[in-house]
Amino acid sequence: MSIRRGLYRKAILDALVKLNPLWMARNPVMFVVEVSSVIASALWVQALLGYGEAKAGFIGAIAFWLWLTVLFANFSEALAEGRGKAQAAALRRARQETRAKKLSQARYDARYEVIPSNDLRQGDIFLVETGDTIPVDGEVIEGIASVDESAVTGESAPVIRESGGDRSAVTGGTRVLSDWLIVRVTANPGDGFLDHMISLVEGAKRQKTPNEIALNILLAAFTIIFLVVCTALLPYSIYSVETNGQGIPITVTVLVALLVCLIPTTIGGLLPAIGIAGVDRLIRRNIIALSGRAVEASGDVDVLLLDKTGTITLGNRQAVEFIPVGNVTDRELAEIAQLASLADETPEGRSIVLLAKEKYGLRGGTEDGQLSNMNYVPFSAQTRMSGVDMEGLSIRKGAADAITTYIEWLGKSVPPELRTVVDGIAQRGGTPLVVSRNGEALGVVYLKDVVKGGILERFMQMRKMGIKTVMITGDNPLTAAAIAAEAGVDDFLAQATPEAKLKLIREFQAGGRLVAMTGDGTNDAPALAQADVAVAMHTGTQPAREAANMIDLDSNPTKLIEIVEIGKQLLMTRGSLTTFSIANDVSKYFAIIPAAFAGTYPTLQALNFMQLATPESAIMSAVIFNAIIIILLIPVALRGVPYQPVGAAKLLRNNLLTYGLGGLIVPFIGIKLIDMILTTVKLV
Amino acid sequence: MLFVFLQIGLYLGVLLLLVKPLGLYMARIYGGEHTFMTPVMEPIERLVYRASGIKQSDEMDWKIYAVAVLLFNMAGLLLLFIIQRIQGFLPLNPQALPAVAPDLAFNTAISFATNTNWQSYNGETTMSYLTQMMGMTVQNFLSAATGMAVLIALIRGFTRHTINTIGNFWVDMTRSVLYVLLPLSLVLSIVLVSQGVVQTFDGAQTVSLLQKTQDINGQTISEQAVAVGPAASQIAIKQLGTNGGGFFNVNSAHPLENPTPFSNFLEMLAILLIPAALCYTFGRMVGDTRQGWAILAAMTLIFVAVLIVSVWAEQRGNPVLASLYIDQSPGNLQPGGNMEGKELRLGIADSALWATATTAASNGSVNAMLDSFTPLGGLTAMWLMQLGEVVYGGVGSGLYGMLAFVIIAVFVAGLMIGRTPEYLGKKIEAFEMKMASIMVLVPVLVVLLGTAIAVIIPEGKQAVFYNPGPHGFSEILYAFSSAGNNNGSAFAGLATNTLFYNIMLGFVMLIGRYWVIIPALAIAGSLARKKIIPVSSGTLPTHTMLFITWLITVIIIVGALSFFPALSLGPLVEHLMAK
Repeated sequence: MSIRRGLYRKAILDALVKLNPLWMARNPVMFVVEVSSVIASALWVQALLGYGEAKAGFIGAIAFWLWLTVLFANFSEALAEGRGKAQAAALRRARQETRAKKLSQARYDARYEVIPSNDLRQGDIFLVETGDTIPVDGEVIEGIASVDESAVTGESAPVIRESGGDRSAVTGGTRVLSDWLIVRVTANPGDGFLDHMISLVEGAKRQKTPNEIALNILLAAFTIIFLVVCTALLPYSIYSVETNGQGIPITVTVLVALLVCLIPTTIGGLLPAIGIAGVDRLIRRNIIALSGRAVEASGDVDVLLLDKTGTITLGNRQAVEFIPVGNVTDRELAEIAQLASLADETPEGRSIVLLAKEKYGLRGGTEDGQLSNMNYVPFSAQTRMSGVDMEGLSIRKGAADAITTYIEWLGKSVPPELRTVVDGIAQRGGTPLVVSRNGEALGVVYLKDVVKGGILERFMQMRKMGIKTVMITGDNPLTAAAIAAEAGVDDFLAQATPEAKLKLIREFQAGGRLVAMTGDGTNDAPALAQADVAVAMHTGTQPAREAANMIDLDSNPTKLIEIVEIGKQLLMTRGSLTTFSIANDVSKYFAIIPAAFAGTYPTLQALNFMQLATPESAIMSAVIFNAIIIILLIPVALRGVPYQPVGAAKLLRNNLLTYGLGGLIVPFIGIKLIDMILTTVKLV
Repeated sequence: MLFVFLQIGLYLGVLLLLVKPLGLYMARIYGGEHTFMTPVMEPIERLVYRASGIKQSDEMDWKIYAVAVLLFNMAGLLLLFIIQRIQGFLPLNPQALPAVAPDLAFNTAISFATNTNWQSYNGETTMSYLTQMMGMTVQNFLSAATGMAVLIALIRGFTRHTINTIGNFWVDMTRSVLYVLLPLSLVLSIVLVSQGVVQTFDGAQTVSLLQKTQDINGQTISEQAVAVGPAASQIAIKQLGTNGGGFFNVNSAHPLENPTPFSNFLEMLAILLIPAALCYTFGRMVGDTRQGWAILAAMTLIFVAVLIVSVWAEQRGNPVLASLYIDQSPGNLQPGGNMEGKELRLGIADSALWATATTAASNGSVNAMLDSFTPLGGLTAMWLMQLGEVVYGGVGSGLYGMLAFVIIAVFVAGLMIGRTPEYLGKKIEAFEMKMASIMVLVPVLVVLLGTAIAVIIPEGKQAVFYNPGPHGFSEILYAFSSAGNNNGSAFAGLATNTLFYNIMLGFVMLIGRYWVIIPALAIAGSLARKKIIPVSSGTLPTHTMLFITWLITVIIIVGALSFFPALSLGPLVEHLMAK
């Protein structure tokens, strides 16, 4: 609570500081309001000295509310800024939870201290041991270890990292499975990004985004029109008084009040806050944007490239069925497959054990419980098989062609039936794993990519938003097609190489589309750099993070969808408030014009159908409404206009009804209410 | 009343029936396709190019295109100025009219070169036949063709992609004249002659008066000189090219310029024919005729709404006359309503329909005196011009002005659905917004500021002779609305053949024309360079009723907000005072 109060107090102070005309000149609409306030104040002083064009109290009240209009607008910007910065500070604290063992010397037995990973600097040396997560990107300078990089690469098999050669780079967010490594930090961790992001919410350094510039042009055009409308009104009024022989020409105070009411102050005042709040909403979802332009562009994205592994599927293939061949029973196959996998620590291996347990109640061994003399044969790149040797049993499992080659090398043959089963599984998008015992093929384990729950619905939503989803995978086209169909993506790129990805993005862009993608590996970097919206996972490699324009601290690729929504909200809020602001003008005319010419043309009172009490109260009410509406709309500006994926036409209709029609009607009610209050308390 | 609706219904029905065939024909002409006119016109077209050293395949970028437009128009302007100044020495001058005064010649030259056709002069007593034919009529064709060429260039901005050029001005210009304006004018002028519109080189004809009268000196007058001349050839293009500058001073209220109900119908039809058909041409050229129909629908809906107000205001009668117990109700013996300043043979419906059509399109010809319309009737005519001449508008200029509003409407609507706005696959970005804003902004500014200057300085105020007060204000506001939006119709009642108004309105016409053309071409150039974005379900559909409604709202809101204070000090207060 006190934090919030501090936030408001700071925002109020900042609002005053921002009155500096040099600062105000950045925002043409509000600059005009400030100049108007100065003019009204000068007229007030003149009136106090006894030379006023109207009652000093009236001019003073107008000047007061004009100043408030400026301050309210500044306050909204300052508040958005304050919230963004507070959010960033909180983020910085939270990130320090990852620990690193910083070594004093590059020796395994050297002393180390445990520090937050964010405190690591380039050149520092740290130690990682079995079970540790590697805190940041670095280069191995000593040791050899197996590392699970599946979080980054999607490849489930552990990889070997050792000093020297091409296998020396380790990536933040990956996990050491065995042994230890001494690593030198190659780049400073995320702090730089946070600093960068803070500059996006800090007004002074903030760059206007392309759509914001275009909107500013439109608002400036409206401001110029109304400036001329009000300037021309003075000669018109003089002529009318002259020819009609009654009343006095319109006062400068009323002209200034009319001007401020007409120019789009609501959107002009809230525009900076809307932009900052967009970045702020991203931070709340643990996404750091590195450019405001990217945030805006994300609303326009019409193609999403999504990695299969981790985004669409759970990341690891799982065994779902045992299919025996010949006269082997499925239970027998399950038992053998289970034996081969007992020592297999890969997710696939574990899922075989699990399935055998669930389906056949097999638990940690053969049915007779014998488990002695097992000799585990690990997976190797040459044989592309793994398995176990024990008491006359030689069990192998592996890819169909690997096992076939192995069996034929033993001088035996594979039953033709096996081929059919293997092809069938491949066609369904699964991975067949053939199991053999003593050179005899027993059957196939059906490994399947498991599509994440709820993903189908999300993709359907995307289609409604007009976004095409493309799945990127290293799988063969057959497997890819099957998974694509199951997940409901629009298209897929199979056997994707970094070059193919880059080419695909360029093709989409040449066709006029805006492409978003997520990536984490170094080989994603060129594609990330090419994509319009590129989100790097925080666990990703340094080159990937540098090529991206957003970083997801949670490393959750499905967040791309939320990023798109935030981008859309940003534009929608601007558009809706612009419509609202301009629609407001109608009622203000009906309040001010009859009042301004009450002396010259009393018949114009027919236009005063709001029945506002006096000319002064009518003008005051319009000015006060104009100022207060800014404050009332700050929550909309900060929260954003909600986005529903219902298609463009319906969305437009909804927003037009709310902000267009609402903008037309609300001020009539508001101005009438304020007029009633002013009359009741006899302020005017 | 039923008869009124029947007339309006027939008019709109015939107009809309002609939109597709003419629109399709023009699309084929500009696309360089073969049409039934090709065998006739192609040899002439080729001859024109050969004689003037134009290569059809030479494409221009937007800047060169704009320079060509400006130079060509400036040359026409100069020529017309010179002809007026030396007409006394030239042939075809049976009335032996002297040189036109320099300030009036300046105003008239700008007026006809900019397709405004504001007339501070009295046709039959100021301009020789040669000036009318070689000066006025030629500019009637060329200024109309200029508008069409600029529109076609802008359309190419939408259809082309990743290219710098937007066509060849000379080719677009030549085709507009040869294939569209000349054949249509030829047919229309012959039909008009059949109805009794004059076409002769003879001087004024003397006729005996049926009833002798006396002049101010008490002399008996038994004869009248009836002005004639080569009128039909000029009137056809005056209507078709949304020019509006009449041969005779009272324009199409003159029986020799508009003799019969049929000629009246044809002349009214000709006002809106090409601007309406160009909407279809647009849709066809961008490959989606629905887009053209949508714009036409927006224009027509505004037109019909304003027309209803105008007819209602005029048919309701004049409240001042009503207070004198004069019967203004329609009956078998009279059409009723406010008949002051209207031709008895034409009546309320045709006068209101003409007034609405002529101000909706930037035509400006009249068949009734707008100064005598009821305040609300006058307001509708004035306001249609103040909307920026985009409800049909001038040939070409109406649609390119409308596209500026479409761009603004698409921009705000695009933001409201959360996408960078796009129209017909082209992204609307800061540059397009800047140019579209200028196109909308400039006419508004020159009208408001011009009026402000005129009502405050003596030279401006003195021109209001008879009706100071709100009506005089309306007359001045009308003059500047007409000039700034290149309409050219006059409220009348304002003595504008003065040095101040000739110069002032001359500059207003120039700014109002070219500061819309240049940004329109700039948009064309910028759009042509962009890629075309494919349509998805996230794309804002711009052919639906929803978008049409939104577009209408944007046009009306901008027009209403810009002119509400001015209108409330003119026609609105006049209306309230007369009640």
